[in-house]
Amino acid sequence: MANSVKQKKMRSKKAVERSTNAVIYVILVAISVIWLFPYVYLLLQSLRGEPGIMTRYFFPKKWTFGNYIRLFKNQGLSKANKPISTGDYNFLNWYGRTFLIAVVVTVIQTVIVLVTSYALSRMRFKMRKPLMNAMLILGMFPGFMSMTAMYFLLQLIGLTQDMSIVGLILVYVGSSCMGYYICKGFFDTIPKSLDEAARIDGANRQTIFFKIILPLSKPIIIYTILTSFMGPWGEYMFASLIANGSPKYWNVAVGLRDMIQRESLAKYNDGFQRFCAAAVVVSLPITILFFILQRYYVEGVTGGSVKG
Amino acid sequence: MAKTVSQLDYLGMSGWQKFCYNFLQFLKKLPVAFLSIFTVWIPKFARKIYNSVKRFFLTLWNAARHGDWKTRMSFLVMGFSQFSRKQIMRGLLFLVFEILFIIYMVAFGAAQLSMFGSLGVRDTIQGGEDPVTGERLPTVVGDNSLLILLYGILTMIFIIAFVYAWYANIKAAYAVQQYVEANQHLTTAKEDLNALADAQYHKTLLAGPLIGLVIFTIFPIIFMVFVAFTNYDMQHMPPNKTFDWVGWANFKSLFAGGLSGGTDFGRVFGKLLLWTVIWAIFATFTNYILGMIVAIMINKKGIKLKKLWRTVLIMTIAVPQFVSLLLMSQMLADEGALNMLFGTSIPFLTDPVLAKVTVIVVNIWVGIPFTMLMVTGILMNIPADLYESARIDGAGPVRMYFKITLPYVLHVTTPSLISNFVGNINNFGVIYLLTGGGPSMAAGGSGGAGETDLLITWLYKLIQDKKQYGIASVISIMMFVLTAVISLIVYNRSKAVKNEEDFM
Repeated sequence: MANSVKQKKMRSKKAVERSTNAVIYVILVAISVIWLFPYVYLLLQSLRGEPGIMTRYFFPKKWTFGNYIRLFKNQGLSKANKPISTGDYNFLNWYGRTFLIAVVVTVIQTVIVLVTSYALSRMRFKMRKPLMNAMLILGMFPGFMSMTAMYFLLQLIGLTQDMSIVGLILVYVGSSCMGYYICKGFFDTIPKSLDEAARIDGANRQTIFFKIILPLSKPIIIYTILTSFMGPWGEYMFASLIANGSPKYWNVAVGLRDMIQRESLAKYNDGFQRFCAAAVVVSLPITILFFILQRYYVEGVTGGSVKG
Repeated sequence: MAKTVSQLDYLGMSGWQKFCYNFLQFLKKLPVAFLSIFTVWIPKFARKIYNSVKRFFLTLWNAARHGDWKTRMSFLVMGFSQFSRKQIMRGLLFLVFEILFIIYMVAFGAAQLSMFGSLGVRDTIQGGEDPVTGERLPTVVGDNSLLILLYGILTMIFIIAFVYAWYANIKAAYAVQQYVEANQHLTTAKEDLNALADAQYHKTLLAGPLIGLVIFTIFPIIFMVFVAFTNYDMQHMPPNKTFDWVGWANFKSLFAGGLSGGTDFGRVFGKLLLWTVIWAIFATFTNYILGMIVAIMINKKGIKLKKLWRTVLIMTIAVPQFVSLLLMSQMLADEGALNMLFGTSIPFLTDPVLAKVTVIVVNIWVGIPFTMLMVTGILMNIPADLYESARIDGAGPVRMYFKITLPYVLHVTTPSLISNFVGNINNFGVIYLLTGGGPSMAAGGSGGAGETDLLITWLYKLIQDKKQYGIASVISIMMFVLTAVISLIVYNRSKAVKNEEDFM
């Protein structure tokens, strides 16, 4: 008798468990739809053949790669209401500029972050604590205001117009040592005894950094590379400031935002489709890269947040 | 809850109780903590400055009194003491720096600095044909206040660096003398270089990054603070017109209220500040709570396809954020995809109230995956034996959640919660790319600010469209004070909490 009661209890518990799981599945499916819907829409619209800004139906009636082709051939698109020589409003140009900037920034920034993190994690010197506190406080200034000052400074040394690639790189890289936090947290978890053993064997700090710490830090190096690349790839504020309104010096973020301004959309009846095509082209490399290196990104996010 | 509970009672609380208790304690201590900026932090800082000034003069005095002629000579010729005692490398570095500094000051710096007080007086006079005589007049280029200000600040930074180097030179000169007198070994250039790869390695490593920090972060901030005291705006645009020092006028027009230049800065600032704080609170906590719930659902035992759910959510991280936001702004527009597809006409982004809700909701869409990833990692770190022993004690899943999971996650993520909050106060991208700050405010004198504008996006408009540099600087200084105060208080408070009760 007692046995069957227990069994019944077990069975009802299982039923509860099953219904909770069912509810969770429903929620998860709903979430997935919400999260994926915009991107699926983006992809479909980029392949839409019919003209018009928006359609009342989800799936295009005519499929085409024309939007992509026109995007790359730079046909019939110029800044709305302002006659500008066609060469300026050039998606490929923006793309190339952004890519170049992102790659250079990634290299320099990764080096700076690693180096700063090592010094702050492994070395003990008088200015260490004050330095960390100072960086904490400096990080609270609204970045935008310092950007205007930097703009004037760059203008002074002639790094705004044709040299704006260099200017942008300098600005993005300039204060990157303030992003040492997550990387230092990772270095802190590498046992100090490794350093000490190496020191006994006669290695100096430099050798320890290159021969011991760096080889052990693959996940965090990849994380730093990934985030350093994604930063300038999607940066809007300073890129638009430094271009000062001339499309020649834009990056993809500024260009794409301009493409969907109301007046641009109204003027060209394939403006929105072309924006979607551009968005796909901009997102694709970074999205693929991200999914390949996802593991490292997750490690970085979780590791960084756990350190207090 | 208001009174302080004993350690034992505290340990007996559930996770939520603990959280609420800590939160209430935090609120209670907020005024005190705020005052402590004035009673503790500023005096502490002042004392530190006093001590270093004292040390500065004491060192100089000692070197002048006890130093031999070589050391005293170093007061004039930097590096002389090292030079004459065969530390050629170090001496040479000091000397070169001094020579460079003198050349710079004579050729350039002094002149710039002398104009710093007035910021230039001559406006540019446009040339052209004289209407009366028909004579061609040349354009006379006036003073460029902007350049004077920039060079002035740079020169000041350079002077400070020089004074520091001079001080270090004298200190070292005297030290070298003492070394020689005591017959101790002086380091050779080769040893110095070796030390830079070992004991002094941090100097090698940090030199580059810190120079970048000074040029690209500290210098702009100093510049910004100076600009706050000038009337640099559309009517005073160098190089055609000079701008001047105006003292506290910009601060007054922000706080005294009333229109200045067609904009009621005080009212707009107050309104946007309120919305910024509301936004930051909602954006931070909705993401946090909902993200945690999603993470727990995905990680629940018995849920299959964990990896798939996670990957789907990560889409908003993997796609560049500006693409997602621009796309959303199109989908939610009045004639955007959502309204078209469902045949509705909901003013997602054009109704003042609904627009605010929409930006918060979209922010959730963008932000949940970050929290989800973070919490997932933490959930995996919770020792399994905690749950095991809880199960043996007969605890159900709900109880385990409130007693183990929640306290653990809360405890571990406090720092990231703080940085998220500060990040949301300065969250330019979500607002600007989504609504552009719109819809515009109904009342006049809004200075271009819209209903969903945060302080940071308003700043952007003030600078980019209206060129109101002076007042924009004041606003960013106020924003800095706001974020600095909040984070310093929370930071100290959370550190205190951590020392009190380390989880486990």
